[in-house]
Amino acid sequence: MNFDVVEKNIGLMLVGIIAVISLGGLAEIVPLFYQDAVVQPIEGLRPLTALELEGRDLYIREGCVGCHSQMIRPLRAETERYGHYSLAGESVWDHPFLFGSKRTGPDLARVGKRYSDEWHRAHLVDPRSVVPQSNMPGFPWLEKDKLDGAQTAAKMRGLRAVGVPYADADIDGAQAAVAGQTEISALIAYLQQLGTHLRRDVP
Amino acid sequence: MSNGWSVYVIVLIVINVLGCGWLLFANRSVQIDPREKGQSTGHDFDGIEELNNPLPAWWTWLFIGTILFSAGYLVLYPGFGSFEGVLGWSSANQHEGEVEDAKTRFGPLFERYAAVAIPELVREPQAVAMGSRIFANNCAACHGSDARGNRGYPDLTDGDWIHGGAPDTVVQTITHGRNGVMPALAPVLGGEAGVEDVVQYTLSLSGRDHDAAAAGRGGVQFAAICSACHQASGVGNTAIGAPNLTDDVWLHGGRPEDIRRALEVGLANQMPAHQTILTPEQIHLVATYVLSLSAQGEATEAMEVE
Repeated sequence: MNFDVVEKNIGLMLVGIIAVISLGGLAEIVPLFYQDAVVQPIEGLRPLTALELEGRDLYIREGCVGCHSQMIRPLRAETERYGHYSLAGESVWDHPFLFGSKRTGPDLARVGKRYSDEWHRAHLVDPRSVVPQSNMPGFPWLEKDKLDGAQTAAKMRGLRAVGVPYADADIDGAQAAVAGQTEISALIAYLQQLGTHLRRDVP
Repeated sequence: MSNGWSVYVIVLIVINVLGCGWLLFANRSVQIDPREKGQSTGHDFDGIEELNNPLPAWWTWLFIGTILFSAGYLVLYPGFGSFEGVLGWSSANQHEGEVEDAKTRFGPLFERYAAVAIPELVREPQAVAMGSRIFANNCAACHGSDARGNRGYPDLTDGDWIHGGAPDTVVQTITHGRNGVMPALAPVLGGEAGVEDVVQYTLSLSGRDHDAAAAGRGGVQFAAICSACHQASGVGNTAIGAPNLTDDVWLHGGRPEDIRRALEVGLANQMPAHQTILTPEQIHLVATYVLSLSAQGEATEAMEVE
């Protein structure tokens, strides 16, 4: 076989390379877009409230995802510590996904309702006040800075455009629900709902 | 996976595997004209020439090996469309197997300890050690790795119990959680001056420095309002989680300004429920560990009485 043709024609080589490396993605990724287990929300899932959504954005802004994953793998060592392994149906309305991959701190996929709001407040401001061995940095400004909610409705409309089922009432009330709240309240609201939708036995 | 997608995946896999095989076949050594073997292909860079030689045999066999491996893999494991593989493996199955293994291995131990009453179990070092590991994973974040607590999080070693230290009560606390609520009382107590009087009276309850005149006025207020929860003598009430104010143990700080703040803005304290996080057997062991910490002196007597 003479491969001169592709060796001497870089355009053809490029097309050939793209075709070959696409095969893996076409076989492993594309079918997932059409699997119910992956794209259907689990029973009991609800979109983030306005305040939780702002908390989600603070989670991103402060780089929490750099040290905390939100992905419990189906390994006993993890499910013993964190609870049921994460299901795709719990993340269908996450844009972007915050699965993370670096685990300097514990996984947060099911941290909701594990600690009291007051614990989170103290811990976010000064982690060592409650966990002396912690190497997490403190985020004291979250307690002082307030949200004005000017962007919240626009964010929710954006998410609705990509499939998150927000009702008009949610969006209309978004600014009022957020304005004047401290950033720390928003972040705690976000953390307290993480992973709680699968456990329907929790009030 | 629907049939259509299954066929789609199978077709891509077959194309991929056959393509790899064809690539290798098309490059086999007999394809090279013997006259050209070992001759320059004309690619010459800085005096480094590419010669027209077949692929090394070891590399070729390795390549064939990977193709055979893929075939074996697709027979054993899921991958070939909706075919689940003859081993029936899935990550969820593997996890279930791990959990079952652990149940077989540790289940009898948990069961044996679950059948022993906590006051006896505190004398079993292995049970206490198991409880301490569960505590470290689930409780230490609030109560501290030494269980000595923190402001707002009770010290579990001092034998001073807000909701009661009987084994059943401790199990109940861990299982269902607790909500401690003290309302803001400044308006009822008559504003700043009234609050100050009650602060002085509260300090007097545990024999600390106080202004006797103010405490006298505060005592009247205390009897009228605070005693509903903390009892007339201030010893508290474990049934509703009202702390003892006479023992000089302060969950939310014992400085006069801490007491003032509690009266002015109230307190809300929460212990999360652990029934969805821990099994009853695990709760039994962690309660054993917690009670082992205070199972000395008064605490032991209290346990036996209760």
